[in-house]
Amino acid sequence: MAEELLIADGVRKEFGGLVAVNDIDFQIPKGAIVSLIGPNGAGKTTFFNMLTGVYKPTSGRIVFDGNDVTGKPPHAITARGIGRTFQNIRLFGNMTALENVLVGMHARLSGTIIGSVLRTPHVRKEEAEARQRASELLVYSGLRNKDGETASNLSYGDQRRLEVARALATQPKLLLLDEPTAGMNPQETADFTAFVQKLRMDEGLTVLLIEHDMKVVMGVSDRVTVLDYGEKIAEGEPAEVRKDPRVIEAYLGTQAGAA
Amino acid sequence: MEDLRTGVRDAQNRFRELPQATRWSVWLGLEALLVVVLGSLDLSLGVGAGVVITIAWLNKIRDPRIRLGIEIALVVFLLIVSTSAGVLVAIGLALTWLPDVWKRLAVPGTALALVIGYPYYVGHLFTIPLFGAFPSVRTGVVMLVYVMMALGLNVVVGYAGLLDLGYVAFYAMGAYTVAWFASLQFAHHNFHFGAVGVAPNLIGFHISIWLLLVLAGILTSVTGVIIGLPTLRLRGDYLAIVTLGFGEILPQVARNGDHLFGTGFNLTNGPNGITPIDPPGFGNTLSNATGGILPANYLTAANSDRLFFWTGLVLVLITVFASWRLRDSRLGRAWIAIREDETAAAAMGVPLMRTKTWAYATGAFFGGIAGAYFAAFKSATFPGDFFFNISVFILVMVILGGMGNIWGVIVGAAFLAYLDQAGLANTGAWLNSNLGLKIDVPLYEFGIFGVILLVVMLFRPEGLIPSSRRKAEFQEGVHDEPLYDVQH
Repeated sequence: MAEELLIADGVRKEFGGLVAVNDIDFQIPKGAIVSLIGPNGAGKTTFFNMLTGVYKPTSGRIVFDGNDVTGKPPHAITARGIGRTFQNIRLFGNMTALENVLVGMHARLSGTIIGSVLRTPHVRKEEAEARQRASELLVYSGLRNKDGETASNLSYGDQRRLEVARALATQPKLLLLDEPTAGMNPQETADFTAFVQKLRMDEGLTVLLIEHDMKVVMGVSDRVTVLDYGEKIAEGEPAEVRKDPRVIEAYLGTQAGAA
Repeated sequence: MEDLRTGVRDAQNRFRELPQATRWSVWLGLEALLVVVLGSLDLSLGVGAGVVITIAWLNKIRDPRIRLGIEIALVVFLLIVSTSAGVLVAIGLALTWLPDVWKRLAVPGTALALVIGYPYYVGHLFTIPLFGAFPSVRTGVVMLVYVMMALGLNVVVGYAGLLDLGYVAFYAMGAYTVAWFASLQFAHHNFHFGAVGVAPNLIGFHISIWLLLVLAGILTSVTGVIIGLPTLRLRGDYLAIVTLGFGEILPQVARNGDHLFGTGFNLTNGPNGITPIDPPGFGNTLSNATGGILPANYLTAANSDRLFFWTGLVLVLITVFASWRLRDSRLGRAWIAIREDETAAAAMGVPLMRTKTWAYATGAFFGGIAGAYFAAFKSATFPGDFFFNISVFILVMVILGGMGNIWGVIVGAAFLAYLDQAGLANTGAWLNSNLGLKIDVPLYEFGIFGVILLVVMLFRPEGLIPSSRRKAEFQEGVHDEPLYDVQH
């Protein structure tokens, strides 16, 4: 059994009376690509937001890489090694692609305010290296020669790529992708799936994917977890999960003949 | 209303479709009419308007020889009318001929040289129509202080996007720091360190103004952090309201601080303020050692105003340098990221509280030094100097000039400070004498600033000289819907 990189233990989130995520147990083994699927409103993004510190769980515990990160602020969780993208792209639209990636490196750089004003040799060297690395990350993510482009001027697919490049700049151990292929055409989706697999190969990254596109999920995942109404209804290898009657019911409804 | 708007738009479109020659003739005709009308009121105003219009037309002329010809004719004409105006316009026009690579250095360099030399030639400058004489060197000092404060606020509002309506609190903090440690205020103590122009055994704290400027910056930064820690968790409007509160609290403490919390301890000397404050200077030893290049005492020096002007300029240059370096640093990027999208910034590892607090402390630092320098210049500080309207005044400078853009903020601050100090009075005098009115124009100062701000917001919301980023934000908007249910 592989070592678990992330363990969620009975994680629960209530919004007023509504239970969005109901006592979920969930593990991500190191080096795996794990997917979280479910119909709209199943609580996937809420769960995701708890892992990244945007929401604080009502109860339960989240352990990442041996440290309890429950309720820690997002920047602290990012610094520990969880990088993420957003479902509805949230780039810094008026910064350049390179600057976006540089912001992702924030926690990995050490330039202080006085050092920045005086531009000490240390800061100068660090900045130069950071720019170099950011530029390489852009190339790696398929954004060659887009360094100086304003993020909001990039094409939709490039913006998605930039989101990933920015998340990679945080030097994550675990990368969380929130519906990364939403709005992509089949060719782009296929490219992206290949890219995620390459990430695991090259960087040894562990990936958690939230996805609607079944083709992506089934093609790339080692394990799939299905949520519905905040409950975990199935978990296992893609092929098993696909056959699970509860999953079919959740996705297609009981009277699914017409679909 | 809608009909009217479509009507105007139709008319505009129809006008744009006219042949270029026709459009230009219409414009020229209108402008000529304007020049004639203004000239009949005041000949110099007509000439001034004519010159401005001619310069505005120049970049429409493609043929460089024709352009050069017109420019030479213009300069010669101006040299005849007013030598100083001719020289200034000639310098400005000469800069436009430089290749872009040179311009980047030449334009700021020339501007700096003109400012450094300003005290020498201000007496020989022409009178601007409508605005009267160029600002005196004393007015120039006040303008520089405001430029510095506006640049400090620009870090908070322009870079990090935190609306601060209580910036005057930092100005007050800086001013009182100097007042406490370089005056007779604490008469039970007797401590001297590097002060100039005071008897060696004079009671009270007397510390060198130069050290106090640094101390004021640091103390004000600390104040900024103390104010910031509870308030910066708030977003947008809420932050604005809380900072507004602090901007009111500190001046009230200053006003009532002569009997602090009923203990009888006199911290601020209440409404009477603290005056006199020791002058800045380098002392006789240093002054003699440098052959008088470093002045011994600013207040007693024959060219006192000039010394304050140049020292103020050095402070502004330091502020500009720091603003510029910070903008392209790790911290500056984090500020802009927070302004654009807090949630995404946090997810990228930017600690929101700490980064915002740094912005606050940086803005406070420069505001504090500016306030301290202003107090030393006036040799006094009064609670009445720190009303809410100063906060708004500085904010308007930042907005008018172009949030986030260093040059824009400098221009906005210098212009508004000038209007406040001398310009409005001059304009009022001109209006009254030329139009036969009897209006006390400076009385309506804030009304006039309000109108200026409205006009800028309507026609150029990104400010006079916007940063390229801000411009884009105003055209496309930013999306930063809050996503948190916990505050960090």
